[in-house]
Amino acid sequence: MTAAPPGGAMAGPLRAAHLLAVDPHRLGGAAVRARPGPVRDHWLAALRGALPPSEPVRRLPVGIDDDRLLGGLDLAETLKAGRPIARRGVLAEADGGMVVVPCAERLSPGTAARLAGVLDRGAVVVERDGIQDHARARIGLALLDEGEADEAPPEALLDRLAFRLDLVDLSIRDIAPDTPPDIPAARARLHAVAVTPEIVGAVTEVALRLGIASLRAPLLALAAARAGAALAGRTSVTEDDLAEGVRLVLCPRATLAPAQSDETPPEPPAPDEPTPDDKAGEPVESDLTDRLVEATRAALPPGLLDALQAPKGGGEHGRSRGDSSVQKRPGTTGRPAGSRPGEPRGGARLDLLATLRAAAPWQGLRRRVDAVEPGRVAVRREDFRVGVRKPHSRATAIVAVDASGSSAMNRLAEAKGAVELLLAQAYVRRDRVALLAFRRSGAEILLEPTRSLVRAKRSLAGLPGGGGTPLAAGIEAAARLADTLRRRGDAPTLVLLTDGGANVCRSGETGRAAAAADALAVARRVGAEGLSALVIDTSPRGQPLAGEVAAAMAARYLPLPRADAAAVSRAVRLAMA
Amino acid sequence: MGAVFPFSAIVGQDEMKLALLIAAIDPSVGGVLVLGDRGTGKSTAVRGLASLLPPMNAVAGCRYRCDPAAGPSARCEECAARSGSLGSQRVPVPVVDLPLGVTEDRVVGALDLERAITRGEKAFEPGLLARAHRGFLYVDEVNLLEDHIVDLLLDVAASGQNVVEREGLSVRHPARFVLVGSGNPEEGDLRPQLLDRFGLSVEIGTPKDLAQRVEVVRRRDAFERDPEAFLELWRREDMRIRRKIAAAHRRLPGVVVPDATLLRAAGLCMALGTDGLRGELTLMRAARALAALEGAESVEDAHLRRIAPAVLRHRLRRNPLDEASSGTRVEIALAQQFAA
Repeated sequence: MTAAPPGGAMAGPLRAAHLLAVDPHRLGGAAVRARPGPVRDHWLAALRGALPPSEPVRRLPVGIDDDRLLGGLDLAETLKAGRPIARRGVLAEADGGMVVVPCAERLSPGTAARLAGVLDRGAVVVERDGIQDHARARIGLALLDEGEADEAPPEALLDRLAFRLDLVDLSIRDIAPDTPPDIPAARARLHAVAVTPEIVGAVTEVALRLGIASLRAPLLALAAARAGAALAGRTSVTEDDLAEGVRLVLCPRATLAPAQSDETPPEPPAPDEPTPDDKAGEPVESDLTDRLVEATRAALPPGLLDALQAPKGGGEHGRSRGDSSVQKRPGTTGRPAGSRPGEPRGGARLDLLATLRAAAPWQGLRRRVDAVEPGRVAVRREDFRVGVRKPHSRATAIVAVDASGSSAMNRLAEAKGAVELLLAQAYVRRDRVALLAFRRSGAEILLEPTRSLVRAKRSLAGLPGGGGTPLAAGIEAAARLADTLRRRGDAPTLVLLTDGGANVCRSGETGRAAAAADALAVARRVGAEGLSALVIDTSPRGQPLAGEVAAAMAARYLPLPRADAAAVSRAVRLAMA
Repeated sequence: MGAVFPFSAIVGQDEMKLALLIAAIDPSVGGVLVLGDRGTGKSTAVRGLASLLPPMNAVAGCRYRCDPAAGPSARCEECAARSGSLGSQRVPVPVVDLPLGVTEDRVVGALDLERAITRGEKAFEPGLLARAHRGFLYVDEVNLLEDHIVDLLLDVAASGQNVVEREGLSVRHPARFVLVGSGNPEEGDLRPQLLDRFGLSVEIGTPKDLAQRVEVVRRRDAFERDPEAFLELWRREDMRIRRKIAAAHRRLPGVVVPDATLLRAAGLCMALGTDGLRGELTLMRAARALAALEGAESVEDAHLRRIAPAVLRHRLRRNPLDEASSGTRVEIALAQQFAA
């Protein structure tokens, strides 16, 4: 048991690559946080070098569509053969090897769920375009994460991958030549590696003590320990193997600092289910657990414990992330709405029947001219028809809340109530909601556009009040978000809640007159862009500035003192219609 | 298809297992929605259900597996047109996976392209809805399903009929299935219309008890190391559940629902202000299925009480932001009803 692995900072990540090469599918893979560059390339090369040459390593293109990811109709072959020919997707083609996923922090929830499903099943189930297929895909994933501080790959995937490697701080000097161990021999031994019940009990308990809720974590640590034992030529998992599994798999997931070894483990919070009456309750050898916990303490990166003290949103997640990363090409999603001539490129999908229909009248002629075999359909390029889809224009309410000190006095609570009502309605109508707040010297997006009420509610509840009123900055941030959404094909509506007490300029200087002029200037620009907007005045008596801002934005103006919650929701509905 | 983790080897998660069994005993209860944390065995339980379902009778040679005992109106066009006795065969109850990324044509069925292109015949190739008829249709990550696919499911689940009018085809066939959905609410909300379609909803979390957690890890590890041996070990337990389902099936028509129980069910729904009569009907059916499962001859208060949270939790006319309190509200209403 050593705290710092020998061989420098690269040793841990390289060891993870070797373990992964022994058992890619069971370990799920690794999330690698690193900037593109030699360090990341070195790690990927080490992984490639450790895997047997026969096993594929495929790279997933960014923004891949279902056709290539899962598989679908192979157009060229279909036309040549004159009958539907299936083409397998990248995941099925990578069976037995690894799939490298670049820009993993921007993966859409949909793609993440598809990848997670394939990891779980070890197979791709395809039901698309008249094709039914069940293709083996026992793969591991390497998620390349170039995210900034609060971006991360989707939790649903991270939960299924054994390793989380952070190479951000490594430099080219840390690179050492990699000598992969005897992977084939380890693989041959892997199945025979035995695990005692004590080991299983210990790894589960350590995971619990580190505050890891998911039960996949101890299983992955166990798989890593088993791969480690196989690499070392053992036929049973030893304490050292397990300690390595704990260090590589569990420590990066820790959400709790482990209790002191002489303390009893933290009492599980009031188990509401009765203990199962079978043999589950047998005591776990506590010495082993304690030694492992002690080892994790040494391996937990410094600073983690401080970070753990900081309050967190909810459980394992950091900041709320909406589904704003879902990139949609205009015209390729939505309801089918006929077809037009054109080639299936750039996400447009071939409308096979329309294509055949277009080709049909010419068959007699082409048969004579081109000498096509009888029974074959002669399709030419000009026959191609692609499906046209009418995009869903998603309505998104951008709620900008004035959370300044004056607003806090003037019924911030009621304003929150109105927003909650708004959220409830948006929920029913499948609209999306984005939330931003402005106070002190600037505006902050609390919630990217999302449909998740749970998130919206959480970020609203945690919204503190206090500080000055940077009204101009608030309007500007909301308008910028609206602009982004509009370019993505959404229909944004701006809902501004303020008491009109602007006293901070965009430059950060304070002063009522200048701040008001600033706010009006920004409001006029928003008005000129023709954004649909609503201003809710939360001041007790109706502030002139709020009304002026509304007029400048060509927005509806609603003084809250005279409006109850129902009136607010009616007004918003009108604004969004 | 790889080996499937046996249903009976799932540790804990009793409410989820019970809800699935009840849907298997009386499909008219409606679907089951399982919401919960990652890695809690949601999809494991549903996939494990398939091997527990006793086989059913179907019209011999019918592609939709029509029920020979059903009236002509509930059969497909072919079987309805046939007179005289229809042959019967035993077939397994289908549990069909609706994978993400599925296209519309595979859900509802479409023109058989191969035959259309090579032979110029207009033939219907049934889709997943046809395959799920009289069985289960499972959607993992149901909250991530594309809206236009959800629309299809809603329509067919309500009518029990799949009507296909596309590509020059005009086909209708029965499609009655138990919709089972699972998902993680953190990843997106469920459309309210879809939420409505589920008869039962259960919320599951990771067990917090160490002994239970160790047992989960131990069994999962044993299964992954040697699936065949593990399945063999649990086969008898799975068979026992299968016999229980079959027995409950037989008992179900004879289970009496006393008037007092109906009154209580109605009182409970009124106290909670659930919309429409669907709540009461489902509550009654689910309690009856539970009674049948437990071998009781009539539905007791205890049955009602046990199943009520799963039936009512998602039906409260609620402030949708108040997600935490719906379970509590059901509990309070239950305590009041049964105290009286």
